[in-house]
Amino acid sequence: MTMRDIQVTIIDRQGKPHQIEAPTDLNMNLMELVRAYELAPEGTIGVCGGMAMCASCQCYVLSPHQLPDKSDEEEAMLSEAFFVNDKSRLGCQIHLTDKLNGLQVELAPEGS
Amino acid sequence: MIKTDILIIGAGPTGLFAVFEAGLLQLRCHLIDALPQPGGQLAEIYPKKPIYDIPGFPEVLAGELVDNLMEQIRPFQPGFTLGERAETIEPQEDGTFIVTTSEGTRHKAPVVAIAGGLGSFEPRKPLLDNLETYEGKGVAYMIRNPEEYAGKKVVIAGGGDSALDWSIYLAEIAESVILVHRRNEFRGALDSVEKVQQLKRKGQIQLVTPAEVVSLSGNGRLEALGIRMAGEDPRELHLETDAFIPLFGLSPKLGPIAEWGLEIEKNAIRVDNTLDYQTNIPGIYAIGDVNTYPGKLKLILCGFHEATLMCQSAYQRIYPERRYVMKYTTVGGIHGFDGSKREAPKAVVKPID
Repeated sequence: MTMRDIQVTIIDRQGKPHQIEAPTDLNMNLMELVRAYELAPEGTIGVCGGMAMCASCQCYVLSPHQLPDKSDEEEAMLSEAFFVNDKSRLGCQIHLTDKLNGLQVELAPEGS
Repeated sequence: MIKTDILIIGAGPTGLFAVFEAGLLQLRCHLIDALPQPGGQLAEIYPKKPIYDIPGFPEVLAGELVDNLMEQIRPFQPGFTLGERAETIEPQEDGTFIVTTSEGTRHKAPVVAIAGGLGSFEPRKPLLDNLETYEGKGVAYMIRNPEEYAGKKVVIAGGGDSALDWSIYLAEIAESVILVHRRNEFRGALDSVEKVQQLKRKGQIQLVTPAEVVSLSGNGRLEALGIRMAGEDPRELHLETDAFIPLFGLSPKLGPIAEWGLEIEKNAIRVDNTLDYQTNIPGIYAIGDVNTYPGKLKLILCGFHEATLMCQSAYQRIYPERRYVMKYTTVGGIHGFDGSKREAPKAVVKPID
């Protein structure tokens, strides 16, 4: 693990946790991390490519990390999504930075 | 029965560009798409977003790219079956295929090119008990014939463009329109938001926000909705209505194509070669985001390349006896099926005194 990696735990849609070393120097977001490790089948996550225009990457943030505020677009998309609760975020809008070391998230069900 | 040379399933950028490449080979195309307009995701999801990696375009809006492609293929007179989903494929004894849509439209072609992207866009249905019981009995996810709502009490749910636009449209036709949304804010084109604002003031649209439809009831037909109001004064409303139209956007599903006997891997169609993107069924090709092969990248520009190679292979399949030499458009020009001609102007050759 280099200095630029952080530890992230992602619970997949089957409830299985995955401990991942995520790079912070590749301009990656959480949705892309899930795809890179194929933790959800292609076509079921990141459908719009990361424009906050679908909710296929919705996840629940379980750890107490302070995340950047939601943009209007993310807020609007989540207001139309299903299975939403106050822990909901769109993975594509969460950029992987050093501050997120130890982040724990759970993927929302497919079709959210 | 619609007959053509290459039947393209999916009218996104890859499918549209295939028409151009086929046209250069004097092959005719017909496209089927489940959406009511061409352009696929570009038109449906992000028409106003810029794209920066189309060769030769430092920046182009997705909607503009679609308009440009439509203009580019116009001389080749593609046919379109829009708003219908390709359902079944039947191989014929003569090597052709018959593809039938959800509405029963039949198409026949010697080559089928699946350019289906992530699949066909299906409405996202809210999670409500009994919702499906009332489908077609007051509940609809798409409005095919707005006149059906004349004189009816209509409830629309959603907070995006389609919820706004249909509320505006139906306000003229229906007896009453109620728009229910989980927030007070709506996401849509500015003029749609303003128009709804005006209609609300005039009493032609009633807004119920922040609120959510939580139950449906009725005897054989939808008669009423239960609505939970959030915010400062949480309570449940009972609302009598004739129609409920939840508009929560669309999500792509591979759909019936998955049952066509093609090799599927990771929600995509496997094409084991990058020679011509033919599938395990000869005569059926898969191009653009819908296919997968080692090294696959889901990029529009890769779809254009795949469409081009597919057309060359399709030509050989349709005319096995002909030899073909690729000609640059600068040399050969464009000869449309509509009789139009575009070609490079001839250089002036004359002496200078």
